[in-house]
Amino acid sequence: MTVQPPAKLPDTDGLIACPSCDALHLLRDVQPGETARCVRCHAVLEAPRNTAMTRIIMLALAALILMVAAIFFPFLELEAAGRIHRSSLLDTVMAFSSGLTAPLTFAMAALIVILPVIRFVALIYVLAPMAFGWRPAPHAEPAFRLAEMLRPWAMAEIFIVGVAVALVKVAGLAHVFIGPAFWAFVALVVVTVLKDNFMSRVTVWKTLEARRNGS
Amino acid sequence: MEDAGSAPQRVLTAKAAGLVGCTQCGRVHASGVTTCTRCGAPVSSRDGTSVQRVWAWLFAGLVVYIPANIYPMLRTTLLGKTTESTIFGGVVDLVHHGSYGVATIVFVASIIIPVAKFIAIAYLALSVERRVSLSAHKRHVLFEVVEFIGRWSMIDVFVVAILSSLVQLDFAAQINPGIAAVSFALSVAFTMISAQSFDPRLIWDADGE
Repeated sequence: MTVQPPAKLPDTDGLIACPSCDALHLLRDVQPGETARCVRCHAVLEAPRNTAMTRIIMLALAALILMVAAIFFPFLELEAAGRIHRSSLLDTVMAFSSGLTAPLTFAMAALIVILPVIRFVALIYVLAPMAFGWRPAPHAEPAFRLAEMLRPWAMAEIFIVGVAVALVKVAGLAHVFIGPAFWAFVALVVVTVLKDNFMSRVTVWKTLEARRNGS
Repeated sequence: MEDAGSAPQRVLTAKAAGLVGCTQCGRVHASGVTTCTRCGAPVSSRDGTSVQRVWAWLFAGLVVYIPANIYPMLRTTLLGKTTESTIFGGVVDLVHHGSYGVATIVFVASIIIPVAKFIAIAYLALSVERRVSLSAHKRHVLFEVVEFIGRWSMIDVFVVAILSSLVQLDFAAQINPGIAAVSFALSVAFTMISAQSFDPRLIWDADGE
Protein backbone atom coordinates (compact mmCIF):
# COMPACT_ATOMS: atom_id res chain seq x y z
CA MET A 1 0.00 0.00 0.00
CA THR A 2 1.57 3.26 -1.13
CA VAL A 3 1.00 6.98 -1.21
CA GLN A 4 -0.38 8.26 -4.47
CA PRO A 5 -0.04 11.76 -5.94
CA PRO A 6 -3.42 13.38 -6.67
CA ALA A 7 -2.69 13.71 -10.39
CA LYS A 8 -3.38 10.07 -11.25
CA LEU A 9 -5.93 8.90 -8.74
CA PRO A 10 -7.50 5.57 -9.66
CA ASP A 11 -11.20 4.83 -9.50
CA THR A 12 -12.76 5.00 -6.01
CA ASP A 13 -13.26 1.22 -6.18
CA GLY A 14 -9.51 0.77 -6.12
CA LEU A 15 -9.01 2.85 -2.98
CA ILE A 16 -9.55 2.44 0.72
CA ALA A 17 -9.65 5.28 3.25
CA CYS A 18 -8.38 4.46 6.73
CA PRO A 19 -11.50 4.44 8.93
CA SER A 20 -9.70 6.19 11.76
CA CYS A 21 -7.48 8.80 10.06
CA ASP A 22 -8.81 9.15 6.50
CA ALA A 23 -5.48 8.37 4.79
CA LEU A 24 -6.02 6.98 1.30
CA HIS A 25 -4.48 3.66 0.35
CA LEU A 26 -4.48 1.68 -2.87
CA LEU A 27 -6.48 -1.50 -2.48
CA ARG A 28 -4.41 -4.61 -2.81
CA ASP A 29 -5.30 -8.22 -2.29
CA VAL A 30 -4.41 -9.09 1.27
CA GLN A 31 -3.59 -12.77 1.64
CA PRO A 32 -5.14 -14.80 4.47
CA GLY A 33 -2.86 -14.51 7.48
CA GLU A 34 -1.53 -11.10 6.48
CA THR A 35 -2.49 -7.90 8.24
CA ALA A 36 -2.75 -4.63 6.35
CA ARG A 37 -2.21 -1.53 8.49
CA CYS A 38 -2.64 2.16 7.82
CA VAL A 39 0.74 3.73 7.00
CA ARG A 40 -0.04 6.79 9.08
CA CYS A 41 -1.96 5.75 12.20
CA HIS A 42 -1.23 1.99 12.11
CA ALA A 43 -4.88 1.04 12.55
CA VAL A 44 -5.65 -2.42 11.13
CA LEU A 45 -7.25 -2.05 7.70
CA GLU A 46 -7.69 -5.66 6.72
CA ALA A 47 -6.80 -8.95 8.35
CA PRO A 48 -8.35 -11.88 6.49
CA ARG A 49 -7.96 -15.24 8.17
CA ASN A 50 -8.70 -18.67 6.78
CA THR A 51 -12.05 -20.02 8.02
CA ALA A 52 -12.45 -16.90 10.18
CA MET A 53 -16.16 -16.70 9.35
CA THR A 54 -16.80 -20.27 10.44
CA ARG A 55 -14.86 -19.74 13.65
CA ILE A 56 -16.73 -16.56 14.48
CA ILE A 57 -20.17 -18.11 14.08
CA MET A 58 -19.14 -21.23 16.04
CA LEU A 59 -17.86 -19.05 18.86
CA ALA A 60 -20.97 -16.86 18.75
CA LEU A 61 -23.15 -19.99 18.96
CA ALA A 62 -21.10 -21.28 21.88
CA ALA A 63 -21.47 -17.89 23.56
CA LEU A 64 -25.26 -18.00 23.16
CA ILE A 65 -25.48 -21.46 24.75
CA LEU A 66 -23.20 -20.41 27.59
CA MET A 67 -25.35 -17.32 28.16
CA VAL A 68 -28.45 -19.49 28.59
CA ALA A 69 -26.57 -21.66 31.10
CA ALA A 70 -25.28 -18.58 32.91
CA ILE A 71 -28.77 -17.18 33.32
CA PHE A 72 -30.53 -20.28 34.61
CA PHE A 73 -27.97 -21.99 36.86
CA PRO A 74 -27.10 -20.63 40.32
CA PHE A 75 -24.38 -18.06 40.04
CA LEU A 76 -23.02 -17.54 43.54
CA GLU A 77 -23.93 -18.98 46.92
CA LEU A 78 -23.29 -17.33 50.22
CA GLU A 79 -23.32 -19.03 53.59
CA ALA A 80 -23.24 -17.13 56.86
CA ALA A 81 -24.47 -18.10 60.33
CA GLY A 82 -26.02 -21.30 58.98
CA ARG A 83 -28.06 -19.50 56.36
CA ILE A 84 -27.56 -20.00 52.66
CA HIS A 85 -28.42 -17.39 50.10
CA ARG A 86 -28.31 -18.27 46.41
CA SER A 87 -28.11 -15.66 43.80
CA SER A 88 -28.45 -16.04 40.07
CA LEU A 89 -27.51 -13.69 37.27
CA LEU A 90 -31.11 -12.50 37.20
CA ASP A 91 -30.96 -11.64 40.91
CA THR A 92 -27.90 -9.54 40.18
CA VAL A 93 -29.73 -7.73 37.43
CA MET A 94 -32.71 -7.17 39.75
CA ALA A 95 -30.51 -5.82 42.59
CA PHE A 96 -31.39 -2.25 41.70
CA SER A 97 -35.10 -2.89 41.19
CA SER A 98 -36.37 -1.18 44.33
CA GLY A 99 -36.45 2.52 45.12
CA LEU A 100 -34.65 5.27 43.28
CA THR A 101 -32.14 2.97 41.62
CA ALA A 102 -34.85 1.13 39.63
CA PRO A 103 -33.83 2.52 36.20
CA LEU A 104 -30.46 0.85 36.65
CA THR A 105 -32.19 -2.54 36.47
CA PHE A 106 -32.84 -2.03 32.77
CA ALA A 107 -29.32 -0.81 32.17
CA MET A 108 -27.85 -3.82 34.00
CA ALA A 109 -30.03 -6.28 32.09
CA ALA A 110 -29.03 -4.60 28.84
CA LEU A 111 -25.29 -4.43 29.50
CA ILE A 112 -24.86 -7.96 30.86
CA VAL A 113 -27.45 -10.04 29.00
CA ILE A 114 -29.56 -8.34 26.33
CA LEU A 115 -26.93 -6.44 24.31
CA PRO A 116 -24.43 -9.33 24.24
CA VAL A 117 -27.22 -11.68 23.10
CA ILE A 118 -28.34 -9.26 20.37
CA ARG A 119 -24.73 -9.05 19.19
CA PHE A 120 -24.31 -12.82 19.03
CA VAL A 121 -27.58 -13.29 17.15
CA ALA A 122 -26.79 -10.48 14.70
CA LEU A 123 -23.31 -11.89 14.01
CA ILE A 124 -24.64 -15.39 13.39
CA TYR A 125 -27.35 -13.97 11.15
CA VAL A 126 -24.82 -12.02 9.08
CA LEU A 127 -21.92 -14.46 8.98
CA ALA A 128 -23.58 -17.89 8.80
CA PRO A 129 -24.68 -17.52 5.14
CA MET A 130 -21.17 -16.31 4.28
CA ALA A 131 -19.45 -19.23 6.00
CA PHE A 132 -21.61 -21.63 3.99
CA GLY A 133 -21.01 -19.70 0.78
CA TRP A 134 -24.62 -18.59 0.42
CA ARG A 135 -25.93 -15.17 -0.55
CA PRO A 136 -26.15 -12.77 2.42
CA ALA A 137 -29.42 -12.79 4.38
CA PRO A 138 -31.82 -9.89 3.82
CA HIS A 139 -30.87 -6.81 5.88
CA ALA A 140 -27.49 -8.33 6.71
CA GLU A 141 -25.85 -4.89 6.38
CA PRO A 142 -27.91 -3.10 9.06
CA ALA A 143 -27.57 -6.19 11.27
CA PHE A 144 -23.78 -6.08 11.07
CA ARG A 145 -23.73 -2.33 11.65
CA LEU A 146 -25.86 -2.90 14.76
CA ALA A 147 -23.48 -5.60 16.01
CA GLU A 148 -20.51 -3.24 15.57
CA MET A 149 -22.36 -0.37 17.25
CA LEU A 150 -23.15 -2.52 20.29
CA ARG A 151 -19.57 -3.71 20.71
CA PRO A 152 -18.53 -1.22 23.44
CA TRP A 153 -21.85 -1.63 25.28
CA ALA A 154 -21.74 -5.40 25.73
CA MET A 155 -19.92 -5.59 29.06
CA ALA A 156 -19.87 -9.27 30.02
CA GLU A 157 -16.10 -9.35 30.62
CA ILE A 158 -16.25 -6.30 32.88
CA PHE A 159 -18.99 -7.97 34.88
CA ILE A 160 -16.74 -10.99 35.53
CA VAL A 161 -13.99 -8.81 36.99
CA GLY A 162 -16.73 -7.14 39.04
CA VAL A 163 -17.66 -10.54 40.45
CA ALA A 164 -14.05 -11.11 41.47
CA VAL A 165 -13.92 -7.77 43.27
CA ALA A 166 -17.26 -8.46 45.00
CA LEU A 167 -16.04 -11.90 46.15
CA VAL A 168 -13.02 -10.38 47.85
CA LYS A 169 -15.23 -7.79 49.55
CA VAL A 170 -17.57 -10.48 50.89
CA ALA A 171 -14.90 -13.05 51.74
CA GLY A 172 -14.40 -11.72 55.26
CA LEU A 173 -18.11 -11.68 55.95
CA ALA A 174 -19.21 -15.16 54.90
CA HIS A 175 -18.36 -18.26 52.92
CA VAL A 176 -18.98 -17.82 49.23
CA PHE A 177 -19.44 -20.72 46.83
CA ILE A 178 -19.16 -20.32 43.13
CA GLY A 179 -21.98 -21.91 41.16
CA PRO A 180 -21.87 -23.49 37.67
CA ALA A 181 -23.29 -20.35 36.10
CA PHE A 182 -20.20 -18.44 37.14
CA TRP A 183 -17.96 -20.78 35.15
CA ALA A 184 -20.35 -20.63 32.22
CA PHE A 185 -20.01 -16.87 32.29
CA VAL A 186 -16.21 -17.02 32.50
CA ALA A 187 -16.19 -19.32 29.46
CA LEU A 188 -18.52 -16.88 27.73
CA VAL A 189 -16.05 -14.05 28.24
CA VAL A 190 -13.15 -16.10 26.86
CA VAL A 191 -15.22 -17.09 23.83
CA THR A 192 -16.30 -13.47 23.24
CA VAL A 193 -12.73 -12.18 23.32
CA LEU A 194 -11.60 -14.94 20.91
CA LYS A 195 -14.47 -14.14 18.58
CA ASP A 196 -13.73 -10.40 18.51
CA ASN A 197 -10.10 -11.13 17.75
CA PHE A 198 -11.06 -13.04 14.62
CA MET A 199 -13.14 -10.20 13.32
CA SER A 200 -11.77 -7.73 10.86
CA ARG A 201 -14.52 -5.27 10.10
CA VAL A 202 -13.39 -4.18 6.65
CA THR A 203 -12.87 -7.81 5.61
CA VAL A 204 -16.42 -8.70 6.65
CA TRP A 205 -17.82 -5.72 4.75
CA LYS A 206 -15.87 -6.58 1.61
CA THR A 207 -16.96 -10.22 1.72
CA LEU A 208 -20.54 -9.12 2.30
CA GLU A 209 -20.42 -6.80 -0.70
CA ALA A 210 -18.80 -9.41 -2.95
CA ARG A 211 -21.41 -12.01 -2.05
CA ARG A 212 -24.26 -9.52 -2.42
CA ASN A 213 -23.16 -8.80 -5.95
CA GLY A 214 -23.47 -12.46 -6.76
CA SER A 215 -19.88 -13.52 -7.16
CA MET B 1 7.62 -1.72 8.06
CA GLU B 2 6.91 1.89 8.90
CA ASP B 3 8.52 3.56 11.83
CA ALA B 4 6.17 5.53 14.04
CA GLY B 5 8.94 7.78 15.25
CA SER B 6 10.34 8.74 11.86
CA ALA B 7 9.68 11.98 9.99
CA PRO B 8 5.98 12.53 9.20
CA GLN B 9 5.01 10.56 6.13
CA ARG B 10 3.42 12.41 3.23
CA VAL B 11 -0.07 11.03 3.17
CA LEU B 12 -2.97 11.93 0.94
CA THR B 13 -6.29 11.92 2.77
CA ALA B 14 -9.64 11.24 1.18
CA LYS B 15 -10.64 14.79 2.12
CA ALA B 16 -7.63 16.34 0.39
CA ALA B 17 -8.36 14.27 -2.72
CA GLY B 18 -11.93 15.56 -2.79
CA LEU B 19 -13.32 12.16 -1.82
CA VAL B 20 -15.24 10.86 1.17
CA GLY B 21 -14.18 7.79 3.14
CA CYS B 22 -16.57 5.61 5.14
CA THR B 23 -15.50 5.31 8.80
CA GLN B 24 -17.23 1.93 9.07
CA CYS B 25 -15.91 -0.05 6.12
CA GLY B 26 -13.27 2.17 4.48
CA ARG B 27 -15.13 2.43 1.14
CA VAL B 28 -14.21 5.59 -0.77
CA HIS B 29 -16.94 7.68 -2.40
CA ALA B 30 -17.10 10.75 -4.56
CA SER B 31 -17.84 13.91 -2.56
CA GLY B 32 -21.53 14.56 -1.99
CA VAL B 33 -22.38 10.96 -1.18
CA THR B 34 -24.16 10.82 2.19
CA THR B 35 -24.77 7.08 2.61
CA CYS B 36 -22.11 4.45 2.12
CA THR B 37 -22.94 2.23 -0.85
CA ARG B 38 -21.27 -0.78 0.77
CA CYS B 39 -22.41 -0.75 4.38
CA GLY B 40 -25.20 1.83 4.47
CA ALA B 41 -23.58 3.91 7.21
CA PRO B 42 -23.92 7.69 6.96
CA VAL B 43 -20.72 9.17 5.54
CA SER B 44 -19.36 12.69 5.68
CA SER B 45 -15.95 14.09 4.94
CA ARG B 46 -15.67 15.42 8.49
CA ASP B 47 -18.26 15.40 11.21
CA GLY B 48 -18.77 19.12 11.80
CA THR B 49 -20.72 18.72 15.03
CA SER B 50 -18.30 16.16 16.47
CA VAL B 51 -16.42 18.47 18.84
CA GLN B 52 -19.65 20.11 20.03
CA ARG B 53 -21.18 16.76 20.88
CA VAL B 54 -17.99 15.69 22.64
CA TRP B 55 -18.15 18.75 24.91
CA ALA B 56 -21.89 18.35 25.56
CA TRP B 57 -21.63 14.70 26.65
CA LEU B 58 -18.43 15.40 28.57
CA PHE B 59 -20.11 18.11 30.64
CA ALA B 60 -23.14 15.87 31.21
CA GLY B 61 -20.77 13.17 32.44
CA LEU B 62 -18.92 15.62 34.67
CA VAL B 63 -22.16 16.93 36.21
CA VAL B 64 -23.44 13.47 37.21
CA TYR B 65 -19.97 12.46 38.41
CA ILE B 66 -20.27 14.94 41.30
CA PRO B 67 -23.30 13.33 43.03
CA ALA B 68 -21.72 9.94 42.31
CA ASN B 69 -18.92 10.87 44.69
CA ILE B 70 -20.97 12.72 47.31
CA TYR B 71 -23.84 10.30 47.83
CA PRO B 72 -23.49 6.74 49.19
CA MET B 73 -22.78 3.93 46.76
CA LEU B 74 -23.49 1.14 49.27
CA ARG B 75 -25.71 0.87 52.35
CA THR B 76 -24.44 -1.97 54.53
CA THR B 77 -26.55 -3.23 57.42
CA LEU B 78 -24.66 -5.42 59.88
CA LEU B 79 -26.68 -6.69 62.89
CA GLY B 80 -29.13 -3.86 62.59
CA LYS B 81 -26.51 -1.15 62.26
CA THR B 82 -26.51 0.65 58.93
CA THR B 83 -23.44 2.29 57.46
CA GLU B 84 -23.29 4.14 54.19
CA SER B 85 -20.17 4.33 52.10
CA THR B 86 -19.25 6.46 49.15
CA ILE B 87 -16.95 5.36 46.34
CA PHE B 88 -13.89 6.71 48.11
CA GLY B 89 -15.12 5.38 51.47
CA GLY B 90 -15.34 1.91 49.95
CA VAL B 91 -11.71 2.11 48.88
CA VAL B 92 -10.67 3.22 52.36
CA ASP B 93 -12.61 0.30 53.90
CA LEU B 94 -10.85 -2.17 51.62
CA VAL B 95 -7.47 -0.78 52.61
CA HIS B 96 -8.42 -1.14 56.30
CA HIS B 97 -9.29 -4.78 55.65
CA GLY B 98 -5.90 -5.28 54.06
CA SER B 99 -7.26 -6.05 50.56
CA TYR B 100 -4.78 -3.80 48.82
CA GLY B 101 -5.13 -5.47 45.42
CA VAL B 102 -8.88 -5.02 45.23
CA ALA B 103 -8.65 -1.55 46.74
CA THR B 104 -6.31 -0.67 43.89
CA ILE B 105 -8.70 -2.09 41.25
CA VAL B 106 -11.64 -0.13 42.64
CA PHE B 107 -9.59 3.04 43.12
CA VAL B 108 -8.24 2.89 39.58
CA ALA B 109 -11.55 1.92 37.96
CA SER B 110 -13.81 4.38 39.74
CA ILE B 111 -11.59 7.36 40.53
CA ILE B 112 -8.42 7.41 38.42
CA ILE B 113 -9.93 6.25 35.11
CA PRO B 114 -12.98 8.57 35.15
CA VAL B 115 -10.92 11.63 36.07
CA ALA B 116 -8.15 10.77 33.59
CA LYS B 117 -10.83 10.25 30.96
CA PHE B 118 -12.40 13.66 31.53
CA ILE B 119 -8.98 15.27 31.14
CA ALA B 120 -8.00 13.15 28.11
CA ILE B 121 -11.21 13.81 26.19
CA ALA B 122 -11.07 17.54 26.95
CA TYR B 123 -7.45 17.60 25.81
CA LEU B 124 -8.28 15.80 22.55
CA ALA B 125 -11.20 18.12 21.85
CA LEU B 126 -9.05 21.18 22.54
CA SER B 127 -6.20 19.85 20.41
CA VAL B 128 -8.44 19.97 17.34
CA GLU B 129 -8.68 23.73 17.51
CA ARG B 130 -5.31 24.78 18.88
CA ARG B 131 -1.71 23.67 18.70
CA VAL B 132 -0.62 21.17 21.34
CA SER B 133 2.72 19.60 22.08
CA LEU B 134 1.64 15.98 21.76
CA SER B 135 2.14 14.57 18.25
CA ALA B 136 -0.86 13.40 16.22
CA HIS B 137 0.26 9.82 16.56
CA LYS B 138 0.44 10.01 20.34
CA ARG B 139 -2.97 11.68 20.47
CA HIS B 140 -4.37 8.93 18.27
CA VAL B 141 -3.04 6.32 20.71
CA LEU B 142 -4.50 8.35 23.59
CA PHE B 143 -7.89 8.30 21.87
CA GLU B 144 -7.75 4.54 21.39
CA VAL B 145 -6.81 4.04 25.04
CA VAL B 146 -9.70 6.26 26.15
CA GLU B 147 -12.16 4.34 23.97
CA PHE B 148 -10.86 0.99 25.17
CA ILE B 149 -10.60 1.69 28.86
CA GLY B 150 -13.67 3.89 29.45
CA ARG B 151 -16.15 1.05 29.71
CA TRP B 152 -14.13 -0.60 32.50
CA SER B 153 -15.28 2.09 34.90
CA MET B 154 -18.65 0.34 34.94
CA ILE B 155 -17.04 -2.29 37.19
CA ASP B 156 -18.00 -0.49 40.41
CA VAL B 157 -21.67 -0.48 39.44
CA PHE B 158 -21.49 -4.22 38.79
CA VAL B 159 -19.80 -4.81 42.13
CA VAL B 160 -22.62 -2.95 43.89
CA ALA B 161 -25.21 -5.03 42.02
CA ILE B 162 -23.51 -8.33 42.85
CA LEU B 163 -23.05 -7.43 46.52
CA SER B 164 -26.67 -6.27 46.80
CA SER B 165 -28.05 -9.46 45.32
CA LEU B 166 -25.69 -11.74 47.21
CA VAL B 167 -25.65 -10.28 50.70
CA GLN B 168 -29.32 -10.47 51.69
CA LEU B 169 -29.22 -12.31 55.02
CA ASP B 170 -32.03 -10.39 56.70
CA PHE B 171 -30.86 -9.22 60.12
CA ALA B 172 -27.31 -10.56 60.05
CA ALA B 173 -26.07 -8.72 57.02
CA GLN B 174 -27.65 -6.83 54.21
CA ILE B 175 -26.21 -4.70 51.45
CA ASN B 176 -28.31 -2.33 49.39
CA PRO B 177 -27.36 -0.03 46.53
CA GLY B 178 -27.18 3.71 47.07
CA ILE B 179 -28.26 6.45 44.70
CA ALA B 180 -24.65 7.17 43.70
CA ALA B 181 -24.68 3.91 41.71
CA VAL B 182 -27.15 5.47 39.28
CA SER B 183 -25.26 8.72 38.78
CA PHE B 184 -21.96 6.87 38.47
CA ALA B 185 -23.40 4.55 35.80
CA LEU B 186 -24.76 7.59 33.95
CA SER B 187 -21.41 9.33 34.19
CA VAL B 188 -19.64 6.32 32.65
CA ALA B 189 -22.26 6.06 29.88
CA PHE B 190 -22.10 9.81 29.07
CA THR B 191 -18.31 9.84 28.84
CA MET B 192 -18.42 6.72 26.63
CA ILE B 193 -20.81 8.53 24.26
CA SER B 194 -18.57 11.60 24.45
CA ALA B 195 -15.54 9.56 23.34
CA GLN B 196 -17.55 7.88 20.59
CA SER B 197 -18.71 11.28 19.29
CA PHE B 198 -15.12 12.30 18.68
CA ASP B 199 -14.03 12.02 15.06
CA PRO B 200 -10.41 10.76 15.22
CA ARG B 201 -9.78 12.03 11.69
CA LEU B 202 -9.78 15.55 13.17
CA ILE B 203 -6.60 14.69 15.11
CA TRP B 204 -4.71 14.20 11.86
CA ASP B 205 -6.20 17.10 9.90
CA ALA B 206 -4.34 19.82 11.79
CA ASP B 207 -1.18 17.73 11.52
CA GLY B 208 -1.20 17.78 7.73
CA GLU B 209 -0.67 21.52 7.30
